[in-house]
Amino acid sequence: MLVIRRDLVDAMVAHARRDHPDEACGIIAGPEGSDRPERFIPMDNAERSPTFYRFDAAEQFKVWREMDRNDEVPVVVYHSHTATEAYPSRTDVAYAGEPDAHYVLVSTRDPEQHELRSYRIVDGVVTEEPVEVVESYMFAHTGSDDTPDCP
Amino acid sequence: MAVTVSIPTILRTHTGGQKSVEAKGSTLAEVIEDLEANHGGLKARLVKEGSLHRFVNVYVNDEDVRFAGGLEAAVKDGDTVTILPAVAGG
Repeated sequence: MLVIRRDLVDAMVAHARRDHPDEACGIIAGPEGSDRPERFIPMDNAERSPTFYRFDAAEQFKVWREMDRNDEVPVVVYHSHTATEAYPSRTDVAYAGEPDAHYVLVSTRDPEQHELRSYRIVDGVVTEEPVEVVESYMFAHTGSDDTPDCP
Repeated sequence: MAVTVSIPTILRTHTGGQKSVEAKGSTLAEVIEDLEANHGGLKARLVKEGSLHRFVNVYVNDEDVRFAGGLEAAVKDGDTVTILPAVAGG
């Protein structure tokens, strides 16, 4: 399950709308081991294409090095589909290189109503997962060892 | 000539989970041969038909090797080689 703050969902959808009809892409970084997306990082789609995306290699290096320094990982890797549903394409599966990430797909094919879904993609196998949108992580259920922040 | 090679999550099955390993060589091709000798299976994930896989990014220090000679890119003692899977799809 992906637990994610509403403002981060809104930021992904806004990016996808802005770049439509080209695909938009980016990541949301979070502390290593937390599985909690926190820092929104829109990336350039070096392909500038309605059917393909690829992070710019120089920008990716810069962002990955920054995450290393901060002990962060890409908790969410997102991109948009601008003419099809929010389900991973064959190329999405073939190139998925982050087995620990939540792959979020945003479809902008309907100008009024976006579709947002999340997947794990590991060794060529796609598994959809539920998405829980929360206002704040403080009150979100984050696991069986959950303890309240305040008494 | 020892260099530090930073290994992405998806390739750490070949390095026993290590995030970075040491390797030797004066070109990227030699470094990859040395990696293969110690961490079998890595080369096939990086090189296809004599050149770097299209969907693997390799950097020597800050520089993308695609602009520095590809597999013939020079490396020297103390350099850091970073491997990142390209983030791409359709």
